Amino acid sequence: MDFLLIALIPLLPLVAAGLTALLKREQKALSATLVIGAQTVACVLSLWALLLAMCADNGEPGLIHEFVNFPWLTFGHETLKLGLLVDPLSGVMGAMVAFVALLIFIYSHGYMKEDRNYTRFYTFLGLFSGAMLGVVYSNSLLLTFVCWELVGLASYLLIGFWFFKPSAAAAAKKAFLTTRVGDMGLMIGMFWLYKAAGTLLFYDNGAGCLEQAALATMAKTLVGGLALSNIIALLIFCGAAGKSGQFPLHVWLPDAMEGPTPVSALIHAATMVAAGVYLVARVFPIFAATGTHSISLIVVASVGAFTALFAALIAVAQNDIKRILAYSTVSQLGFMMLAAGVGHPGVAMLHLIAHAFFKALLFMGAGSVIHGVHDEQDIREMGGLRRFMPVTFVTYSIGMLALAGFPVLFSGFWSKDAILHAAHLWPVSQLPFYMATAAAFLTAFYMTRQMAYVFFGQYRGHAHPHESPAVMTLPLVILAAAAILMSLPATPAWPAFEEFLKGEAAHFSLEGLTEPGFLQIALTSTAIVFLGIGLGWLIYGRKPLGAVDPIQTAAAPAFRALANRLYIDEIYDATVIRALHGFGSLAAWIDRQILAGIVSAVAALSFFVSAVSNGIDRFVINFGFDNSCNALREYGGAAASCEGGRVQGYLRLIALGTVILLAVIGWLLV
Amino acid sequence: MSNSLTLLTFIPLIGAIWAALLPSKSTGQLRFAGLFTTLVALALTLSLAFQYDRAAGGLQFAERYEWIPSLHIEYYLAADGLSLVLLVLTALVTPFSLLAFGKGLSKLAVVLVLLLETTLFGTFTALNFVHWFFFYELSLVPAFFLIRLGGTPKATAAATQFFIYTLFAGFAMLLGFLAIYQATHTFDLTELAALARQEKLGHALSAAFPAFSGWISGAVFLGILVGLGVKVPVVPLHTWLPNAYTEAPAPVSMLLTGLLSKMGVYGFLRLLYPLFPGLMFHWQVPLLALAVVTIVFSALAALAQRDLKRIVAYSSVNHLGYCLLGLFAVAAATHADTVNRAAAMNGVILQIFNHGLTASALFCFIGFIEKRSGGLRGLNDFGGLREVAPVFAGLMGIAIFSSLGLPGLNGFVGEFLIFKGSFAIAPGATALAAIGLFVTAVFLLTLIQRVFAGPLAERWKAFPDLSTGERLTVIPAIALMFVLGIYPQLLIGLFNPTVLKLIF
Repeated sequence: MDFLLIALIPLLPLVAAGLTALLKREQKALSATLVIGAQTVACVLSLWALLLAMCADNGEPGLIHEFVNFPWLTFGHETLKLGLLVDPLSGVMGAMVAFVALLIFIYSHGYMKEDRNYTRFYTFLGLFSGAMLGVVYSNSLLLTFVCWELVGLASYLLIGFWFFKPSAAAAAKKAFLTTRVGDMGLMIGMFWLYKAAGTLLFYDNGAGCLEQAALATMAKTLVGGLALSNIIALLIFCGAAGKSGQFPLHVWLPDAMEGPTPVSALIHAATMVAAGVYLVARVFPIFAATGTHSISLIVVASVGAFTALFAALIAVAQNDIKRILAYSTVSQLGFMMLAAGVGHPGVAMLHLIAHAFFKALLFMGAGSVIHGVHDEQDIREMGGLRRFMPVTFVTYSIGMLALAGFPVLFSGFWSKDAILHAAHLWPVSQLPFYMATAAAFLTAFYMTRQMAYVFFGQYRGHAHPHESPAVMTLPLVILAAAAILMSLPATPAWPAFEEFLKGEAAHFSLEGLTEPGFLQIALTSTAIVFLGIGLGWLIYGRKPLGAVDPIQTAAAPAFRALANRLYIDEIYDATVIRALHGFGSLAAWIDRQILAGIVSAVAALSFFVSAVSNGIDRFVINFGFDNSCNALREYGGAAASCEGGRVQGYLRLIALGTVILLAVIGWLLV
Repeated sequence: MSNSLTLLTFIPLIGAIWAALLPSKSTGQLRFAGLFTTLVALALTLSLAFQYDRAAGGLQFAERYEWIPSLHIEYYLAADGLSLVLLVLTALVTPFSLLAFGKGLSKLAVVLVLLLETTLFGTFTALNFVHWFFFYELSLVPAFFLIRLGGTPKATAAATQFFIYTLFAGFAMLLGFLAIYQATHTFDLTELAALARQEKLGHALSAAFPAFSGWISGAVFLGILVGLGVKVPVVPLHTWLPNAYTEAPAPVSMLLTGLLSKMGVYGFLRLLYPLFPGLMFHWQVPLLALAVVTIVFSALAALAQRDLKRIVAYSSVNHLGYCLLGLFAVAAATHADTVNRAAAMNGVILQIFNHGLTASALFCFIGFIEKRSGGLRGLNDFGGLREVAPVFAGLMGIAIFSSLGLPGLNGFVGEFLIFKGSFAIAPGATALAAIGLFVTAVFLLTLIQRVFAGPLAERWKAFPDLSTGERLTVIPAIALMFVLGIYPQLLIGLFNPTVLKLIF
């Protein structure tokens, strides 16, 4: 296999991004041509890579991982290698990412045409695509981490693309920092893995960290009663949860909608946010090193199920067309994590790919709507748009039905059923299954609500709605087709997708449909979906909608709590963020008052000592010295005056002395 | 025996004399003299780096003359990979700083900067303690006057504080070395390291001071630790730093953080660790705690600052904290753990270089901001500058992301290696130190948000973007960030053999 061509997949968009970074603002056409051109080639190459993965055959059953490793740096006698990897997982993911990215790059030309920083937009898009494809084709957790952070940078730059909006700048920072919290875990997990396995390469002819020898060591080593493999897996999951918006690190994703809508579609719906799920699927052998019911997988399943339900609830009470979709993304990512957690990374990937197509479709449809009603995002200001924007309406409906899991025709139905089925068979607990079923019901419900608000009834806004240009609607049509066609390899009759990821050949057999449990699940989920859509239509479809939501009238406190996103952001502001800044102020205070204070005290002390010694000098030493000198001088003067040099004076003194001497002797003798 | 290191040491001195003889008004000639001299020095360091026999890895280009024979003091110079990295860094940052002065370049500044470069070259090549200490302390003189260049009373106070602080710390170190001399009758650092390796240094000290035999080694160690710790600086010996970095003109701050702080770290690697590996192993817990406190405390303190220079100043302390973490982890490891010790040690040296490059670039940008704002540099004084100065925002953004350790840029690689090695040796301390990485991201992104994003204030409508001259000043540094981020082996290859010698 020619890995130079594989390397080109991430490098081409990256280089194109680098080149456009040097362009001037006015060179719009050139920048778009460079990035879209590079992305087209990357897309073709990624499809070729997928084909290679599909045709790979070494005569043995099981997964084939084709890889190339190359040295990056040498420390001591150790060479740190990075590598590229083509296997079914990266083949599928890479083709999806490159393809969806290409569509969105084209769509962006229409959406961002008037923007002053159009050139820069394509630079960032190219950077994103290159980094994301790097995550996909990496054969080393280190290279994954490097690209992972670059993806985070691209996301940061694109969320804050309209940097002059304070809300966008704040959202960009929030996204970077929230995901970085998770990345701290991922980083520590990476170092621990490096220590435990001695390598960060995934596959290396038996010496890789995802291969048997390393896995067995990690499963055997116990740290605090837990298998090391599980600890490392959980640390890696921190990073995955941050990127994929899992509770409690989901808070950044709805705010990320501050970015231009193509960005929301590409990064915050279809590709980057799915990187967490992809990472879990990639290092799944570590999660499952102690079996498919390992503690780490139980955590993944629980977090996933909770997030799926929790975010679906919040989505019910949102009024911003993109925020509804954002919470829906969080919820769907929860479904994917649940699938991985119950031991089916293939099912998670199936939903990931299906979701990428229909969610990109929904976001781009939302972009078309926003574009058509002149930058309005509040669904209460829309209504009746199906008459003004027929193409957008039809494609959006397809996306909505796929997301809601409408039976048979739509990919979302099959992938969601596969997840429910897997959760149902999970021996650990049935709770995630019920939570996911409830979330599926809510999904159908809130999407119906959104459809009713946006496309049905009367137009309530004040703009002149119009259909978007073909450069924007064409990608919608293509994605709508993909949302339907993805059903084909997803049915239990021909589970080609999952089998492919397992490295097994798929067989067409209608018996898959009658497999025990499946029909039951399919019928339940169909009933749930109809219930959700029906209830949604009952509440929102029949009467003209006003400013106040019907549920708000019926259950105001609950609706308010949901509309305020269950106050999670406020709780974080009041606790984590306040604590962080509190510690900052404390450190600065200690620095100024105590440490600098000690220095000042030492300085003051030395000034004091010098003042004291100065005082002693002047008032004790000098005083005593001077006085004794003076006294000496005076006495000396007095003494000297006796020695006047006149003989009479001497004789007088002698006479006086003789008299005194005689008097003393006389007094002593008597 | 070639004299290239002596030549290198005195090239800037000759340049300083040349500049001193020029008329003070001719800025052009002065700048030419300064740049020409520093670029010659740069060319010489690069040629030394290329001539250096990497396979051998030890000390090369040695020069050895008797200086004060009665005291066994020699003029002894040589360079290994560690020295060469610092020589290259010095030779790079000095012209960078001269360029950053721009029109504000005075004759005094040129002369002092060149003198400082001489003392730095001397420090990074000397292998006799007296010789080393001479240059190490002499650097204070040009540094003192450079900090005062601003001329404000605050600058004078900061310069004085800096001078006295480091001078006293120097005394502590000097006392330590006098005790060592008393015990061993040599100031030769390579001989002392050899004694330490045979575990004879501690015994010699105990034998020389029988009355204090129990704690004399510890006292000498602490004296040297304090002496070097002030220079790095280590929390809580850092309080001179924010004042000095803030009150000095930005191009001087570039030298202080880019080069002077490296003298301290260099001393840790060249003096403290080779002479006291046993004590550092013995005291690993308090030492690692010291590193973690330095990292976390300075990051948190940076978070609370409202002055751009102070933010970067505290961030500097934080970044050098990682060097200490790596070094103390190396000292805490068992001897057999070559892989992780080599990783951490390589990371430390790489981090020295990377921090010198990135922090000096950040101060350079802040200097450019000050020049435009008339001295304003509060975190909240700006807003939306990216609108009018996109190139400025973009290039400074790259430097900021380099500082917060974004992969693909230079900062990441050093931190990765340090953490890789340290985590395997001291997982608890390293995990705590990771808090510093997070907090760094918080305050650096806040800086971008407040200065470059948001609505553009009316008063900054005419904020000029980078001029051609300014672009030429920073682009080499920015380019180097990319090069070292993508191909770090370029530098690691230079010092990895030395690392292997250092850790054995």
